[in-house]
Amino acid sequence: MGYPHPSHARETPVLSQYFGDQDGIGLDGWRKRGGYNGLQKALSMSPAEIVDVVKASGLRGRGGAGFPTGIKWSFMKPGDGKPHYLCCNADESEPGTFKDREIMRWTPHALVEGCAIGAYAIGAETAYIYIRGEFTEPLIRMRQAVREAYDAGIIGKNAMGSGKRIDIVIHKGAGAYICGEETAMMNSIEGRRGNPRIKPPFPAVSGVFAQPTTINNVETLAAVPHIIVRGAEWYKGLSLSSPKSTGSKLFSVCGNIAKPGNYEVTLGFPFKDFLYDLCGGPLPGRTFKAVVPGGISVPIQTMEEAEATKMDYEGFIDQGSMLGSGGVIVFDDQQNMVKQIARAARFFAHESCAQCTQCREGTAWTTKIMERIRDGEGTHEDLDTLFSIADNMTGKTICVLSDSCAVPVVSGINKFRSEFEALIKKPKFHPVTAAVA
Amino acid sequence: MTAVTHDHDAPYQPVFVGERRKELDALFPFYPTKMACILPALWMVQEDRGWISDEGMAEVAEVLELTPAYVKGVVTFYTMYNTHPVGKYLIQVCTTTPCNICGAEDVVGAFLEQTGCGELGITSADGKFTVIEVECLGACGFATPVMINEGFVESVTAARVPEILAGLK
Ligand SMILES: Cc1cc2nc3c(=O)[nH]c(=O)nc-3n(C[C@H](O)[C@H](O)[C@H](O)COP(=O)(O)O)c2cc1C
Ligand code: SF4
Ligand code: FES
Repeated sequence: MGYPHPSHARETPVLSQYFGDQDGIGLDGWRKRGGYNGLQKALSMSPAEIVDVVKASGLRGRGGAGFPTGIKWSFMKPGDGKPHYLCCNADESEPGTFKDREIMRWTPHALVEGCAIGAYAIGAETAYIYIRGEFTEPLIRMRQAVREAYDAGIIGKNAMGSGKRIDIVIHKGAGAYICGEETAMMNSIEGRRGNPRIKPPFPAVSGVFAQPTTINNVETLAAVPHIIVRGAEWYKGLSLSSPKSTGSKLFSVCGNIAKPGNYEVTLGFPFKDFLYDLCGGPLPGRTFKAVVPGGISVPIQTMEEAEATKMDYEGFIDQGSMLGSGGVIVFDDQQNMVKQIARAARFFAHESCAQCTQCREGTAWTTKIMERIRDGEGTHEDLDTLFSIADNMTGKTICVLSDSCAVPVVSGINKFRSEFEALIKKPKFHPVTAAVA
Repeated sequence: MTAVTHDHDAPYQPVFVGERRKELDALFPFYPTKMACILPALWMVQEDRGWISDEGMAEVAEVLELTPAYVKGVVTFYTMYNTHPVGKYLIQVCTTTPCNICGAEDVVGAFLEQTGCGELGITSADGKFTVIEVECLGACGFATPVMINEGFVESVTAARVPEILAGLK
């Protein structure tokens, strides 16, 4: 299968195997495709055994930070007498990323199953799935899947006859990129404004409703049933980059490219082949100029860097960027980088929750200066000012949205400086000559 | 696509009666606090009324044992809650970088011109349309996605705008 394109022969469809398959959406069809075998097996294991398998698989968080999932789960101490919570992050708002959407549209039961296993493994009786409010169709499909799972006794007060209670609750967001940040999401679920919280305490100690909480991305949780059924060794073996980066990963591809869409490849796949072979290369008569490989928050790559990249956590860092959320944005020779970086800055200015001065002021000023350079009103000093603002925005705030705004600006100026300079027509300001004139 | 009409001078009719009240009450057991039901409660108000008025916020405050000021603070954080009436069709066009490089600005321009709105955020004289730009809708591979009320239209180009508008009666 595959959606919106049939799977390419060089893809490794694990999560995306049933994308585009209408018959896999409902519970009956999903069961015929092996659905809930993972949960059944998991419920016969102890939570600690599940955590060990996930640890051994090397699965890393697919939401952006790449933290090892099994280790995250092991922070949840069983038998501490407190209610534990699992929050599934389905807020997917990182520009360039649209993979969780397809998981929820085509394989909603895969996520229900992943959440149920995750909840059991961390000793939680309740899992909240926080879905961004704009995702009309994923919300419908997920609500339907949860209802079917309750009706079939798969979840609820006696999940699959195990005697364990597992409640799954869909929580609809209401428009705020920042609610994808884990502590902001917990505030939002509690019924507050979605401001990120200062860490520590970390969520595993004091998370949603001040109780031990684990937050995982949709893709992370959807991979878990496969790992439980087929084992950690199988998962590691999928990857060309084991043991550091294991398994398969969905990459969303958008922008100026022949075949935008979602592609699932083994980690370690060559990025050059990915862009030119799987995704069909540039549009007719055009050439690629730049790639942002992991959502708008990661550094821009030149084509030279992109074509030398091995697609895994380390490989993107080696070539000047990061894997991030796996949202690949491709720019071709028709695009002006200054204009597009200015638009990215505007995104961050709009989405800043505004509680940190560096972020509130920094995102606004970055946008203002970027837009005046774009409009031909910039000066050479503006580039220095942008660097100085970026410096003040990095590593100094409650969450990393502030850092993220600086990233495309700094990497953009460093890698595409000539495009900035071409727009700066005013001569450099010299106090002395200005005074004489 | 649902469309909601509003009469501004009519006295406020509570939302949380009958089925809606039951729907809200059914959520309480899944959360340790009533406050956690604020987003779902606000969604119910907006689904029924098209937007959330001060009276709507006060009602949510009352049913969840909060203050109206607190509820307003929450409402204003989230961009999807309308604190003003909008047109029968609220048209939201993504213009963030990935869609921008695929021509999203032309799509916005076409909607503004052909709905008669002329300007972002303004409701057309016939009360039918409001057009706004929004940030990434999480569908960047289907540039340009446009939300029309709850509905999602993928791969919109300026050329498709007349056909889309013709479908909105
Ligand atoms: C500003 C900001 C936005 C984020 N948005 C998302 C998001 O939309 N989806 C997501 O899964 N993680 C997002 N994250 C990362 C989460 O905070 C968190 O690391 C992740 O959900 C953990 O899940 P994982 O370990 O399975 O990746 C965001 C982080 C930041 C700082
Ligand atoms: S860095 Fe920005 S978005 Fe993050 S908490 Fe501070 S103000 Fe809010
Ligand atoms: S940038 Fe338009 S949908 Fe993501």
